[in-house]
Amino acid sequence: MSRLSLDTTTAAEQTASALYQSLQLRMAAAPTASCPVEIASAYTHLCHSQSCGKCVPCRIGLGQLENLLEAVKKGEATEATLDVIERTARSIKNSADCAIGYQAAAEVLRSLVAFRPDFENHIQKGFCSAPRQGIPCVQECPAHVDIPGYIALIADHRPTDAVKLIRKDNPFPTACAFICEHPCENQCRRNLIDRSINIRGLKSYCVDKATEDIFPMDKMAPTGKKVAIIGGGPSGLTTAFYLELMGHDVTVFEKRKHLGGMLRYGIPSYRLNRDNLQRDINLILDSGVEVHRDYDIDSAEAFENLKNEFDATYIAIGAHSHKALKIAHADARGVLSAVEMLRGIGDGNLPDFKDKKVIVIGGGNVAMDVARSSIRLGADVTIAYRRRQEDMTALPAEVEGAIAEGCHMDELMAPAEVVVDENDQVTGLKVQPQVIGPYRKGRPSPRAADVPPVVLDADIIVISIGQSIDSQKFEDAGLPRQWDQLDATAETTFEGHNGVFSGGNCVTGPATVIKAIAAGKVAAANIDEYLGYDHKVETHIEIPEPLLHDRVPCGRVEIKERPIGDRKDDFDDVELKLSDEEALQEASRCLRCDHFGYAAFREGRQRTW
Amino acid sequence: MVKITMDRQEMDVPAGTTILDAAENHGIHIPTLCYYAHLNEIGSCRMCLVEMQGKDQLVTACNTKVSEGMRLATNTPAVREARQTNLELILSQHRVDCTSCVRGDNCSLQDLANNMGVTSQDYEKELAAQKWDMAFPLIRDNSKCIKCMRCVQVCDKIQQLHVWDVLHPGSESDIGVRENLPISEVNCSLCGQCVTHCPVGALSERDDVPRMMAALADPDVTTVVQIAPSIRAAWGEDFGMTPKEGTVKRLASVLRHIGFDYIFDTSFSADLTIMEEASEFLHFMGDRPDDNLPLFTSCCPGWVRFAKTEYPELLGHLSTSKSPQQMFGAVTKTWYAEKMGLKPDQIFSVSIMPCIAKKSEADMPSMTREDGTPDVDLVLTTRELDRMIKSEYLDPRSFPESELDDPLGVASGAGVIFGSTGGVMEAALRSAYYFVNDKNTDADTFKAARGQDGCREVDTEINGIPIRGIAVNGLGNARHLIEDLKAGRRQCDFVEVMACPGGCVGGGGQPIHDGEEWAARRAPTLYNLDERNTIRFSHENPSIKEVYKEYFGTPLSEKAEAVLHTHHSAAER
Ligand SMILES: Cc1cc2nc3c(=O)[nH]c(=O)nc-3n(C[C@H](O)[C@H](O)[C@H](O)COP(=O)(O)OP(=O)(O)OC[C@H]3O[C@@H](n4cnc5c(N)ncnc54)[C@H](O)[C@@H]3O)c2cc1C
Ligand code: SF4
Ligand code: SF4
Ligand code: SF4
Ligand code: SF4
Repeated sequence: MSRLSLDTTTAAEQTASALYQSLQLRMAAAPTASCPVEIASAYTHLCHSQSCGKCVPCRIGLGQLENLLEAVKKGEATEATLDVIERTARSIKNSADCAIGYQAAAEVLRSLVAFRPDFENHIQKGFCSAPRQGIPCVQECPAHVDIPGYIALIADHRPTDAVKLIRKDNPFPTACAFICEHPCENQCRRNLIDRSINIRGLKSYCVDKATEDIFPMDKMAPTGKKVAIIGGGPSGLTTAFYLELMGHDVTVFEKRKHLGGMLRYGIPSYRLNRDNLQRDINLILDSGVEVHRDYDIDSAEAFENLKNEFDATYIAIGAHSHKALKIAHADARGVLSAVEMLRGIGDGNLPDFKDKKVIVIGGGNVAMDVARSSIRLGADVTIAYRRRQEDMTALPAEVEGAIAEGCHMDELMAPAEVVVDENDQVTGLKVQPQVIGPYRKGRPSPRAADVPPVVLDADIIVISIGQSIDSQKFEDAGLPRQWDQLDATAETTFEGHNGVFSGGNCVTGPATVIKAIAAGKVAAANIDEYLGYDHKVETHIEIPEPLLHDRVPCGRVEIKERPIGDRKDDFDDVELKLSDEEALQEASRCLRCDHFGYAAFREGRQRTW
Repeated sequence: MVKITMDRQEMDVPAGTTILDAAENHGIHIPTLCYYAHLNEIGSCRMCLVEMQGKDQLVTACNTKVSEGMRLATNTPAVREARQTNLELILSQHRVDCTSCVRGDNCSLQDLANNMGVTSQDYEKELAAQKWDMAFPLIRDNSKCIKCMRCVQVCDKIQQLHVWDVLHPGSESDIGVRENLPISEVNCSLCGQCVTHCPVGALSERDDVPRMMAALADPDVTTVVQIAPSIRAAWGEDFGMTPKEGTVKRLASVLRHIGFDYIFDTSFSADLTIMEEASEFLHFMGDRPDDNLPLFTSCCPGWVRFAKTEYPELLGHLSTSKSPQQMFGAVTKTWYAEKMGLKPDQIFSVSIMPCIAKKSEADMPSMTREDGTPDVDLVLTTRELDRMIKSEYLDPRSFPESELDDPLGVASGAGVIFGSTGGVMEAALRSAYYFVNDKNTDADTFKAARGQDGCREVDTEINGIPIRGIAVNGLGNARHLIEDLKAGRRQCDFVEVMACPGGCVGGGGQPIHDGEEWAARRAPTLYNLDERNTIRFSHENPSIKEVYKEYFGTPLSEKAEAVLHTHHSAAER
């Protein structure tokens, strides 16, 4: 017999690992709609199954922990049980020999804290208050767009109807087809089989194929009620569109030359072509919305006047000021803020970056937009970020896109000082190298490395560390704020300020377009109700019956991009379209969670709102 | 039309048809359990599975529509195995107890198990144990619940009271009162629709038959029974009798045989209700409250319970007239007792009702006499009546018809149609017309009130004043109407509400035909009786004339107010 042999993987081990992978997908796909007590118990059971059996806390303790959790789940426990669970988990965490034991207990302790009300509900009232499953993608979409509905219409070769149906909940289907962050895909049930449906890809396909843009419903009879919208971004225009369709008389006041908010003055055109944006805006304007451009509601007084003149007001001013970086010479010549730079581009003023050395400070989506725009303007671009690349808040696809297009990534570099010449002109950025360290608030945090700072050469520095909200004037008018965010309720209202509504980025802080649209939709419904009406938005389209083939694993079709060499010198679309063949296959992967599963019973399709 | 093949039979089927309907229309029977047309088409029990060519997974026939070229087989090994396994799984969570179950002879689960030949089971029993207040008129036994969700759906969609809910997701999945609250603390109207829509014995009415038998056995009490109008359209169904066979007169003979002393008719007190309510309506029209809301009927206790929890602010708009059941009880223990020389507590007053809410109505303190005895001592549903007859081993067919007793067994056709949606309004309008004009109009003048639609309007005119009445049935429809009235989107003067779809003929205490709505089949029986009755106006009922002459004087007299009227308080349900 030989002394050593190489490890080989048995078929059983392979299957076990496939099972784990499938479990991972399963947990990722539907975490919110399960009983937290049951999940904690099942998790403990799984961890217990991994115990090697050597030590007491893990071998026995995890089993007993599971018994206790089961008792809570079944409504057989008392408050005292919770104390025993806590003591047991704490002891296992503090005394197990290896991570299989102590990490399991740490997670149980964590869920005990996070889900305390759920645990108590089981004990005191004997039912589970966790939300019930609905249509996963629709639940995750902030605007609750009828996703299986429009996918079914695409599969039925009806792209125009598909877009019409989207417009029932979201008047920006074209814009969202390109730039939506698609939270809908995160918990897509298709993840249980292979990968989520490429929902945004299908949306992009149907807006491309639609032969005309139509209102989701007929305009209703005029009510004579006047509504003012402050801010012509996605949130304000959404509210304007639906209220106008409901028969109200809407006027939008927009500070800038063009409508669209950050869709125009933020997002670069290589990601969202302005013709596509205009398509959505045109249909909104066709509804009869009146617009005053270059009209700044610039003071508390101006706001008060509007309030008096209109029956209701919606504030959707977004987050358009930049956050300043507090380092020396941050106001030197050659230092720009991301919003300033993108705003200029939005108005058609392309800065001269040809052959300039540009450093972008930040790791968010906006930083990537700035970096990739700078590449297109001919610059040599470096992105300086104080954490690691994987810690960046930007979508991985954006980071990869930036790198592919030639941006240098300088991770773990914290800006320390802008280096200037005698004319106060930027020459470089002094940065302090960092080491990534322990987690704080759920993220690993950096600290200064034990090495001296270095200077990176630069002609231009673009600071992209976040936006703030120009909301002082509204506080002066009496509206409450949290920091710079207007403190509106989830109903987009303010207590004690009847008739004033607000939503979008100026309430949430910088977020996503679809969240801003969702706020606009909520505001439209609540303003309609405030004005004394109950107009229902409804689109009369029969949703095709589900396809009946077996759902066997099948690869997800991805959106292709123009080759790098081709795309990095212009501001034209980066993304290509799905072909008919690809789109129909992708649509046929949809599991139709509106028809199969709990949604057939409850939490199903909302035909009206 | 689409072409499909099912069990080698070629069919042309209208597009949009479900596989289940296509099969049924071509003589192929596919078993179902949770399915209830238009109400619960959720495919949860997996009994209706069929095999479709080109697909490994089986498909549900109840909620899958046919499509061109579909090739289906309804009885393959895979279908058989899946149905049988699923049925065994259902049974593993079901306390099989057919011999002592209210649904022992009327159970879809039992039928399936018998038909599929499930004689042994491979699974461990897992029975739910839920506490229940057995004094409440509605009883839930979760160890028999098969979680078909029908009760949830009927209370959500038809009654819009959302009493039932899925209490847990995951492995503890269970149906119960929402948030697991005690049933007496939620807004259950006691309409009983969940009971008639339950395929098994998980929901039932409180069984009051034992108390009935005890009273019949007591030689010191006189048992007086009133039979509600709608009973005559339904009681015979459990014995396979047609409406022509299962008449109220045959029922009178059966009840006499069982030992009841006096057999009377709630249609009599329905006439009495009309006398009071029509007079009240004329007063109301003369002195209309500013809010311009209409007068609502109060004869359906399910509706009154609903108004108390959902619209307490409207209680002042409910007619103060007691329901026919309670008027009957009150008259029995006053005028009739005096007439017969009986002390009220020597009378055991029973009512046979299509309804579970009547049980709680009879138990309310305000329906109790000063001496503490209730006006109506016991309420039996139609189903309890039939069970009682069965337990006596009687064959009702073999009984001759016999007249009901005088004077409380005499009723007009107007009193009889009380058992159907629209009937109360029609009867009231007939008499209101007479009160104002001192002459009768044709008895069919107000027949626009008839029909099964959820909400129907009757426009007429009394003394030159236009009057609009609306008859609404189903509490969801009632809620909708009330919201419209309150918002000023609709206007009317008089509203008749019946909690159950179709009115009492569709009542929650009526015989159960799983998966079928029988209200529309039963209503014609009542209208035929009305048409054939020589007296079609409440005010022409000789017993009514007699009771006013001898006892009450006129409608709304002081005595009538004291005995026949009530005060609706939200605190009392
Ligand atoms: C560079 C960049 C890239 C982004 N990329 C994405 C992306 O890919 N996907 C995504 O989902 N989201 C993205 N976002 C975020 C997204 O653009 C915003 O969340 C969204 O536009 C917010 O919509 P809103 O209507 O609330 O505000 P905004 O879009 O900011 O619109 C507010 C409007 O109000 C106007 N206004 C402000 N003050 C006044 C006043 N006093 N009087 C009158 N008018 C006023 C503004 O001019 C503006 O038009 C990005 C943001 C930026 C900056
Ligand atoms: S499978 Fe279809 S319906 Fe289900 S979550 Fe995914 S996209 Fe939505
Ligand atoms: S519900 Fe049906 S199967 Fe269950 S015990 Fe009753 S009769 Fe038997
Ligand atoms: S009796 Fe009626 S109101 Fe009560 S739970 Fe059943 S359906 Fe709902
Ligand atoms: S109680 Fe009856 S109707 Fe309700 S879920 Fe259970 S079996 Fe179905």
